[in-house]
Amino acid sequence: MSEGKGAEVVLRLDRITKRFGALTANDAVSLTLRRGEVVALLGENGAGKTTLMNILFGHYVADEGSVEAFGQPLPPGNPRAALQAGVGMVHQHFTLAGNLTVLENIRLGTEGLWSRGHGGARAKVERLSRDFGLAVHPDAKVGRLSVGERQRVEILKALYRDARILILDEPTAVLTPQESEALFATLRKATALGLSVIFISHKLHEVMAIADRCVVLRHGRVVGEVDTHATDKGALAALMVGGELSLPRAEARAPGAVLMKLDSVSTPDRGAAPGLKKVTLDLRAGQITGLAGVSGNGQAALAEIIGGLALPAEGTILLKNAPVTGWSPGEALARGVARIPEDRHHQGSIADFDLTENAVLEAYRSRFSRRGWMNWRAAREFAETIIAGYDVRCPGPETRIRLLSGGNMQKLILGRAMAGGPETGGPEIILANQPVRGLDVGAIAYVQSQLIAARDRGSSVLLISEDLDEIMGLSDVIHVMSQGRLSPGFARGTMTAAELGLWMAGQKFGDRDAA
Amino acid sequence: MRLEAIANPSAVRRLGLPALALVLTMGVAMALALVAGANPLAVLGQIATGALGSKLAILETLNRATPLIFTGLAVAVAFRAKLWNIGAEAQLYAGAIVAVVLGTGALGSPLVLPVSAAVAMLAGALLLLGPVLLKTRLGVDEVVTTLLLNFIMLLFVSYLLEGPMKDPGGMGWPKSTPLIPEARLPRIVEGLRLHWGFALAILAAVVVWVIQTRTTLGFEIRAVGQNPEAARFAGMPVNAVLVKTALLSGGLAALAGWSEVAGLKGHLSSDLSPGFGYTGIIVAMLALLHPLGVILTAIFVAGIFVGSDAMSRAAGVPTYIADMLMATALLFMVLAILLTRVRVVRG
Amino acid sequence: MNAVVDILISASFWAAVIRIASPLILATMGELICERAGVLNLGIEGIMVIGAFAGWMAVYQGLPLWGGVAVAMAAGMLFGLLHSTLTVPFGLSQHVVGLGVTLLATSSASFAYRLMLPEVTSPPKIAPFQPLHVPGLSDLPWLGEALSQTALTWAAFAMAGLVAFMLYRTPLGLAVRAVGENPAAVEAQGLSVTGLRMGAVIAGSGLMAVGGAFLTLSAFSSFFFEMVNGRGWICIALVVFGAWRPGKAVLGAILFAAFDALQIRLQQTPLGAALPYQLFLALPFILSILALILMSRRAEVPAALMVPYNKGER
Repeated sequence: MSEGKGAEVVLRLDRITKRFGALTANDAVSLTLRRGEVVALLGENGAGKTTLMNILFGHYVADEGSVEAFGQPLPPGNPRAALQAGVGMVHQHFTLAGNLTVLENIRLGTEGLWSRGHGGARAKVERLSRDFGLAVHPDAKVGRLSVGERQRVEILKALYRDARILILDEPTAVLTPQESEALFATLRKATALGLSVIFISHKLHEVMAIADRCVVLRHGRVVGEVDTHATDKGALAALMVGGELSLPRAEARAPGAVLMKLDSVSTPDRGAAPGLKKVTLDLRAGQITGLAGVSGNGQAALAEIIGGLALPAEGTILLKNAPVTGWSPGEALARGVARIPEDRHHQGSIADFDLTENAVLEAYRSRFSRRGWMNWRAAREFAETIIAGYDVRCPGPETRIRLLSGGNMQKLILGRAMAGGPETGGPEIILANQPVRGLDVGAIAYVQSQLIAARDRGSSVLLISEDLDEIMGLSDVIHVMSQGRLSPGFARGTMTAAELGLWMAGQKFGDRDAA
Repeated sequence: MRLEAIANPSAVRRLGLPALALVLTMGVAMALALVAGANPLAVLGQIATGALGSKLAILETLNRATPLIFTGLAVAVAFRAKLWNIGAEAQLYAGAIVAVVLGTGALGSPLVLPVSAAVAMLAGALLLLGPVLLKTRLGVDEVVTTLLLNFIMLLFVSYLLEGPMKDPGGMGWPKSTPLIPEARLPRIVEGLRLHWGFALAILAAVVVWVIQTRTTLGFEIRAVGQNPEAARFAGMPVNAVLVKTALLSGGLAALAGWSEVAGLKGHLSSDLSPGFGYTGIIVAMLALLHPLGVILTAIFVAGIFVGSDAMSRAAGVPTYIADMLMATALLFMVLAILLTRVRVVRG
Repeated sequence: MNAVVDILISASFWAAVIRIASPLILATMGELICERAGVLNLGIEGIMVIGAFAGWMAVYQGLPLWGGVAVAMAAGMLFGLLHSTLTVPFGLSQHVVGLGVTLLATSSASFAYRLMLPEVTSPPKIAPFQPLHVPGLSDLPWLGEALSQTALTWAAFAMAGLVAFMLYRTPLGLAVRAVGENPAAVEAQGLSVTGLRMGAVIAGSGLMAVGGAFLTLSAFSSFFFEMVNGRGWICIALVVFGAWRPGKAVLGAILFAAFDALQIRLQQTPLGAALPYQLFLALPFILSILALILMSRRAEVPAALMVPYNKGER
């Protein structure tokens, strides 16, 4: 699929440097891309991949360095320049307008604003979608499409603009392994037709599968550039994190009693997001239950049910064999359900509140007030305990939480969750929804070891993650969600990633739910 | 251009920019004076002396500030929870109506004052309850509903004044029958034209301040205003907090009308409020929604209005200059407050 | 009941409906453009006031009627520029800024009025737009009378068609609809979110001001302080009622105007005389609240309405 080293260079980033205050996000980063080649840009969260792409697309202006496409320099800070030069980007968060049709989204920005627009758009879209194997209906409202379909629209958008270079930012994060294979097939067609691809990822097996060459970024610097066929996953991983990976792995333990049970719980669909379909789930003491699945398959609905934010339309929630009544976030907390929310910025914390106020957000009524009067002294002491006990790096409890890094914010939320529960004997059930997303390796290891420690103390942990490696490393029992349905539980070590992938794609669910 | 958050804004930035906003407003005042063909410095001086130049002027300013403290507090409490109560004008009239209903003989001393104040607050609170329930239950934007209610309320007042409440001795002027003496708020100091409504307004500001900083309700109001999603996730009863906020806000606005009738006018007329409800928004924003700050900004705003009246008589610059300056100050101030937290960067 | 039917079939009633609907249509289209681009413009009430004043004053000073319309539009656009500068690049609260703009525009009109006419007790009249004679149409029975309208009314309806055409049939409209739904989608295509939104608010404010000018140049021939009297807020309700679509919003405005015209006529019937006239005057505001409640469950709100966009944020 590659035309080899001799092929023409289509894109050249030359010693790009970008600083944000004291942080150097990109430090003299250079990268070349040749015709017909797939280059993987590999790096952890925060390694500088996104910043580099934002500079290429003129969203940021580099402090130093230059960008050249097809031999012509790109003017800095001009978002149109890269598009006009034939560089197309598929963002991780899709940039589509849900109220417009597929065709309208594709045409957006391709015609002069004051022109009448031109015909022929539909024919071109239909031709591209045939040539590249990107099936999607041009008149469908984007708001009603599945995530996989939306990604196809994004790729069509780039192709419609005659992109010769495609940049894909973490494209598989939202896909099943099988959908990813289809994407890879599209990319192979594209390179065969002479397009070039930059594939941004932190998933090593995908990089090995699709890329010809691999550029590894760490802390804003290029730390290695290797041909994929001349390396292996271990070597790439070492380059990526700068040392051996030492994430905690939980050892198996005997499960305890069922603390919480969902019995045939269903919730209504919400737009394109499926609700739960007769989900039955046991959460046992002393056990980490992993919930695998592509995001948007009902995990959010499940998390809302367990966290008290929603009630089942059908079915029951049982706590220690008794059906719950008056289920709400407050009730969940009082009954010993601790929650680490998926979105720590919008759900887990209040940006302009200080650490003290954020620390008591869940327990201000039960533990830090009397008859409606706040006890700020006790609240502050509590915050200080969390800061010391969970290694939250901060100037002090009066710091506003938005000034903290993601990892330190998550540690405060973790400390707050672990201090909850009836009479503060600690939580019995811990709902950890994407607890390490966006954190650096040190914080990931810390958060995961705390979850294991909680399990060892007898808590029941429900770990929701899109990262199959994380699920398989930590869970005593694994369930898979697909289209709102829940697979049976699989004991540790009984399933391979590929088998779980088939469940994630929904292929293993029998016909029992088809109607 | 792009906005970038400043981690730790300096004191100069935090205090200097709001001060600059007021200086710029003064600049606008001088420019308007020039447009009107008057001497800019003289106009500023006449506004200042008109507001504070004599004992009489000061008392007039404080009297004018009284309803503004109440409406300013009403807005500050509501905006803190991001509850956009633009209906303080209607709630004010609700309080004024109660002052007349209970103050014209239905109740006697010593019950009439405390009872009518309490019922007035209740009336204002209930008036805001409707829009808030529409917001929490159906997602109807409360800005538009509270604004529309202002117009409906004014028409209702007009109906009352021409019908059931009409003063038989009013010589055709649309005003209500006067309050009985027992229903009037006495003056703070005998001989000085300043009634107890002013003291009550100060007390209300202190109470609101204590609620906001020391109570769980205050904590909840701030949390719901800053991030309702996180508040709900943490187990706060978001809708109940909004309803409580609305009751407090509506009640405070109603006291503005109640104290104008019981303290100052002694009767209800349809020109009781020259937009005190709307001006309360400016008072609250200038005070950065701080309840104690509302006292100061209400006096400042009242001073501009009182001073402009005096200046207008002397210098011939239309008195509407005061409204223009307040709107200008509001816009400058929200921009200044933003710029204390972010800087504008290129790219 | 017969009285109502008599009213409803009379041509003069429908002439009034169309006349009352005209300023509402103009201002509603203005607000609709702003909201489609993602900006709630609460400056509408004040911008209608400044439009009413500026158009009237320009004509009083000797400009032709269409010159007055142009002056009103320019004044509205100026306040639109102020509004959008504060709400778009600076991302300030659209509630607070909108009310601030309304207060500033209203007081500016009052200030300028007193400054230019310090002595007058009742405002001078101008010669307003006269009903247009359309050959053929105007001579038809019934329809001729119902459609006996000024050029500004015809312009209002034409403008609604133009706005609908712009939104749904041109690349510009596509970009406006996209920027109110997901500004990141627009930014990613190299279009300027700031430019589109500011442009929409400025253009929309111009239309609102023309809606205000309709009152002085076509309906009443003179300027009074309270003449806009909540029409701006009603237009905001009409945008919601019309589900952010020009066609439905026009229908909403006509329906609304029909109620308004009907209540004026009902006041003169024996039934109307028995009820307080304030009830009739309050009807438009009550109807607006009912419209908001009615549409609350199904309205398709632009997803990014009232959400400022700062491209540095992720």
